[in-house]
Amino acid sequence: MEKKWFTISVYSENSVGLLNRISGIFLKRHINIESLNVSKSEIDHVSKFTIVVYTTEDWVRNIVGQVEKQIEVIKAFYHTDEETIYQESALFKVASTLLFDERNIQNIIKDSNSQIVTVSREFFVLAKTGRRNEIDEMYQQLKPYGIMQFVRSGRIAVTKSEMKISSLLKEFNQ
Amino acid sequence: METLKKEKTASTKQVTKKISGAEAIIHCLLAEGVDLIYGYPGGAIMPLYDELYKFQDKLTHILTRHEQGATHAAQGYARVTGKVGVAVATSGPGATNLITGIADAQIDSTPMVCITGQVARHLLGSDAFQETDIIGISTPVTKWNCQVTKASEIPEVLAKAFYIARSGRPGPVLVDITKNAQIDEFDFSYEHCTGVRSYKPYPKPNIKAIEEAANLINAAKKPFIVFGQGVILGQAEEQLKALVEKAGIPAAWTILGLSAMDTEHPLNVGMVGMHGNYGPNLLTNECDVLIAIGMRFDDRVTGNLDTYAKQAKIIHFDIDPAEINKNVKADVAVLGDSKVTLDLLLPMIKNNTHESWHNEFKKKHVIEFEQIIKNDVYPTKDKLTMAEVIEEINIASGHKAIIVSDVGQHQMIACRYAKFKQTKSNVTSGGLGTMGFALPAAIGAKMGAMDREVVAIIGDGGYQMTIQELGTIFQNKTPVKIVVLNNDHLGMVRQWQELFFESRYASTVMVNPDFVKIAEGYHIESKRISERKDLKATIKEMLASKDAYFLEVKVEKEDNVFPMIPSGASVSDIRLK
Repeated sequence: MEKKWFTISVYSENSVGLLNRISGIFLKRHINIESLNVSKSEIDHVSKFTIVVYTTEDWVRNIVGQVEKQIEVIKAFYHTDEETIYQESALFKVASTLLFDERNIQNIIKDSNSQIVTVSREFFVLAKTGRRNEIDEMYQQLKPYGIMQFVRSGRIAVTKSEMKISSLLKEFNQ
Repeated sequence: METLKKEKTASTKQVTKKISGAEAIIHCLLAEGVDLIYGYPGGAIMPLYDELYKFQDKLTHILTRHEQGATHAAQGYARVTGKVGVAVATSGPGATNLITGIADAQIDSTPMVCITGQVARHLLGSDAFQETDIIGISTPVTKWNCQVTKASEIPEVLAKAFYIARSGRPGPVLVDITKNAQIDEFDFSYEHCTGVRSYKPYPKPNIKAIEEAANLINAAKKPFIVFGQGVILGQAEEQLKALVEKAGIPAAWTILGLSAMDTEHPLNVGMVGMHGNYGPNLLTNECDVLIAIGMRFDDRVTGNLDTYAKQAKIIHFDIDPAEINKNVKADVAVLGDSKVTLDLLLPMIKNNTHESWHNEFKKKHVIEFEQIIKNDVYPTKDKLTMAEVIEEINIASGHKAIIVSDVGQHQMIACRYAKFKQTKSNVTSGGLGTMGFALPAAIGAKMGAMDREVVAIIGDGGYQMTIQELGTIFQNKTPVKIVVLNNDHLGMVRQWQELFFESRYASTVMVNPDFVKIAEGYHIESKRISERKDLKATIKEMLASKDAYFLEVKVEKEDNVFPMIPSGASVSDIRLK
């Protein structure tokens, strides 16, 4: 079976140790987590994990089944890239001198649709939001000039189809 | 929004005055109907032991000789009673010693609550004496776990622990309680947990799926049932029998499904799996509809998945959605408690006999009997076989004993040849294959079923992994019958070495101590036999004894267990020699 990128969305209670429990499911199957993001969700007090893996659909189905089995997980879903709207964010810290000395830097900022977050005497910080390949591209462009620091966030994604969580929670309270 | 559903019941004892966390633990256990726990004391759990001392008339604590023994005893108790087994240990090494039993309970779906002491809250993360991250360590092998650092959290967490351990697909839960939480006082009140909003233990049965299953079963020419422990855990033994009889379907068991159906029932065709029976394994690849009930298509059952029942439509009854399509793709999946789903299925099933199909199993049985069973059970050679010992126990106990087996050749022989009339009678470590399981598990099984005969069948290897639990048997005068089938080898590994590693017996030869003298050291009546003429009378004597009894049977050293599906081979490639 062909390997693909999958985005796993997990709605859960906000409890200590759940991240360990979920990451253990990947560990047990020797599958690398390519990206992980944990945040609040659209529902009060419900957390959302967004996990990106590169594997087969059989495996991702198996993993989602095991994730959903965890007591504090409300529901888990998996989607392909085509079924989601997704983005990542990155920050680039670059020497301030470059901004003035290297004409091309300004072009890169413009062309990449990135924003200058802060400028100080020593450095400036660029923020870029987009698909992973766009961030990679910008990284490659800036690299020859020297990047002082670089960091990229985990993928965040929303799905085109509905993920029915609220109705599940209502059911419990009936 | 509430995330737990709680309920006060009449039986719930309410204590109005302030009590310590440790005393609260006792009241929680009593409220959950626990009257027997297993454990081992130590520094971080001492406040609880102090309360156990005060409440010993209401709550019996059995001191095992190792924490692993406490978990296996709790498992044995849970397996024969269907209740939650409880094991207690201190922090650090006490807690880590529980892990094997917890992992065993997880893979064999055994309800168990483990309570561990932990260093005081202010010492967490400081590498204090006997501090270990037992939550981190136990996470992959528990159904749920939780650390409690405040006394007031104890009732809610323990209520949730028991609810999770016993509901749905049961499993082990660990609650780690810091020493300060055991000492501090608070206003105690207890409510049973009746729901956790993120946890759906009982999927709603889908009538359409059940109808599809019924249609497939009614149209089948060669239907075949494989049932597992889900039948026992769901208390669906009657429903299984009714289905088998109404539809005339041959039924086989997985190792943990054993005893869910009378082994002598004419439609009970034996065991599937690596050392299962010839017919059930071969005919798995000839049936047209395979009905799996409360089993999980373990690799020891299926062999090579690419050649497993490919010709058949698969109907999978299970309570755990994660088991559906995990190993074998189901054509029809019926989620839910086996008792509920089979009850819904039964009225839709047409009467049938499938006589000629059933005859296929009988023919295969004749082949297996001639080539294997006859020589195992009625040997003509000098040395005793394991199977004839099991057969004598069958005869002497009238198929009524609880058989607790360890892991290895003797386990396969016990599960192949032991006869059962009653459910919850076969206690063995199926999924994890934990050597050392049987002796402590037999203690728990006996304490859970004092009116029944409990016979532990153990190899000379596994016996020495938890042999210290003889001390527990001696101290508590637990009348378990211990049979060590001694072949002076780690027999199963030796068999594999003979078959697949050109008889290079690497570290499988055991130079054993005098087991009879060891048992005598614990003042347990004991005997050693090595000749056939002594077998019948000795087994009778053992079962007649009112006390614990140790019997060592010297058996043939290099016997092999057959049939056998070599690891990774197809069920069709089952070998008779």
